[in-house]
Amino acid sequence: MVSAEHPWTLHVVRPTSDVARVELTGAWRKQDRVPDTSEVWHDLQTGPVQRLTFDTSRVTEWDSSLVTFARKVLEEAKTRGIEGDRAGLPEGAQRLLHLAEAVPPRQTGSARSKSSWLANLGVWATAKWDETVAGLDFLGEGILALVALLRRRARFRIADLLTVIQDCGPRALGIVSLISFLIGLILGFVGAVQLEQFGASIYVANLVAVAMTREIGCIMTAIVMAGRTGAAFAAQLGTMTTNQEIDALSTMGISPMEFLVLPRMLALILMMPLLTIYADLVGILGGAVVGVGMLGLGPTEYYEQTRDAVSLTSFFIGVSKSVVFGVLVALVGCLRGMQSGRSAAAVGLAATSAVVTSIVFIIVVDGIFAVILNVLHL
Amino acid sequence: MSYGSFVIQRDLSFTIAPAEIFVVMGGSGSGKSTLLNHMVGLLAPAKGDVLYDGESFWHAAGEERDRLRRRLGVAYQAGALWSSMTLAENVALPLETFTALPRGQIQEIVSLKLALVGLAGFEEFYPSEISGGMLKRAGVARAMALDPDILFFDEPSAGLDPVTSRRLDDLILDLRASLGATMVVVTHELPSIFAIADRAVFLDAESRTMIALGNPKKLRDESPEAKVRAFLTRGEASAGGATT
Repeated sequence: MVSAEHPWTLHVVRPTSDVARVELTGAWRKQDRVPDTSEVWHDLQTGPVQRLTFDTSRVTEWDSSLVTFARKVLEEAKTRGIEGDRAGLPEGAQRLLHLAEAVPPRQTGSARSKSSWLANLGVWATAKWDETVAGLDFLGEGILALVALLRRRARFRIADLLTVIQDCGPRALGIVSLISFLIGLILGFVGAVQLEQFGASIYVANLVAVAMTREIGCIMTAIVMAGRTGAAFAAQLGTMTTNQEIDALSTMGISPMEFLVLPRMLALILMMPLLTIYADLVGILGGAVVGVGMLGLGPTEYYEQTRDAVSLTSFFIGVSKSVVFGVLVALVGCLRGMQSGRSAAAVGLAATSAVVTSIVFIIVVDGIFAVILNVLHL
Repeated sequence: MSYGSFVIQRDLSFTIAPAEIFVVMGGSGSGKSTLLNHMVGLLAPAKGDVLYDGESFWHAAGEERDRLRRRLGVAYQAGALWSSMTLAENVALPLETFTALPRGQIQEIVSLKLALVGLAGFEEFYPSEISGGMLKRAGVARAMALDPDILFFDEPSAGLDPVTSRRLDDLILDLRASLGATMVVVTHELPSIFAIADRAVFLDAESRTMIALGNPKKLRDESPEAKVRAFLTRGEASAGGATT
């Protein structure tokens, strides 16, 4: 009987002692929670069965759920050594079962076995080593491409270079302005609170000017460019890898390093120092707003103090670092893009990895600069 | 059918019968894929409507339209599988989202659907790990996940070798025979058209409307439109080498 809970019924009858007939009636649809096959075997515990048949003559509606039910019952019958007869199933279901069996399951080794922690550590270390080698390889190729450029043998389109310059130069001004101004403001404010206690408010100008020109200006610009431009490079080149555009360049004998990476590297080499100088100025302006507005210093006084504080050495140290950071952001972005897998998820991962790696390297390289400059007493 | 003020096709009107294999054919740029997008609900037509059993798709309210959508399955040209999921997860997602089936039963249905397209054993593979032909078949398995009444195929044989392409045609015929579902296939591959189509509509890029509707073999031999005969004989008829 069809119950109020579900529109189907399942009975197992024994027309003869060695035959079991699975009788199904009513509607067998996904939304009706069809029964588990264990109910069939539960009813068959009474004696040995040689053959299992179906009777679906009173099934009114069916979909995949009936086919999966019958398939499972037949599979289980086979493992129990019972012959399964599918003639009583609806004709369409028989065809589907036949179709599903047409191609035997491939032994794909898809069961990804769990390895020991030591093996995992080994795999991780090998992968990191390969990554480092690939990174150094890429750096070497990048330098060779720059050499090729100096020897006027590099092949790329000037239009591409100008587009990238436009994208990573003028278009980045807004975000660089905002960040630098706020950083200058914060530095000025923190300095003001401390220095005012000693009656040395005027030195806020020194603090902001030296910090911005020597360290913060170039680091903040580099971090902004890593998040903005480095990620964009990785996504662009990652998508190109997915679409086999990079393969197409290689097979034509055009070096992707010269054609894609070089213009991006050049654009950042040219734009990073300019953006850094701009960030220095805007940051100093932010500090001046605090100095003049909060501490009551005169604008001329603040300007003179800033001019005395900033040495040409500090200024050039900041600008030189920005060039190195520019190369770094461009190379990491392009490397991650070209290493990207051929899927949408892989492109996202490449962009994330480009930003994270760039920021880590920017800080590490800045530390190395600090040590070297300290040794050189600069 | 238009993009902005650019009209691609106009005055299209045809009915597809239940359990019919209906082919949308035409040259490149004739608007085949746009028509498919109108039918599957991805793009609203500039004017007109698509009716399913007399129910308007484009005038239906949100929930009603979603219900109609679940009656359709679409197999995209390159599979369009979600790359971050395994094949099994791809097929399981619509089942998990739209049915209240327990996990075990979903896995059984997924295994059946993948077996139907000859991909048993590939459940745990990611789309990036399988070939183009397998991607297309996995796309068909996902399209069939919810047992749709109507299955749409976008260029099922494009980019496949003749044998794989033939297998996919056989699969379409087998699925129709066993599921009794209606199949709408967008293609310009002649062997496929003759192998599977009950009826076909021909979209003409030049006159921007349909210029033939009927059984493709009949159209090839009897269509009054020279363009249709030329298309169905790869232009050999007009050169005097008509095929029969």
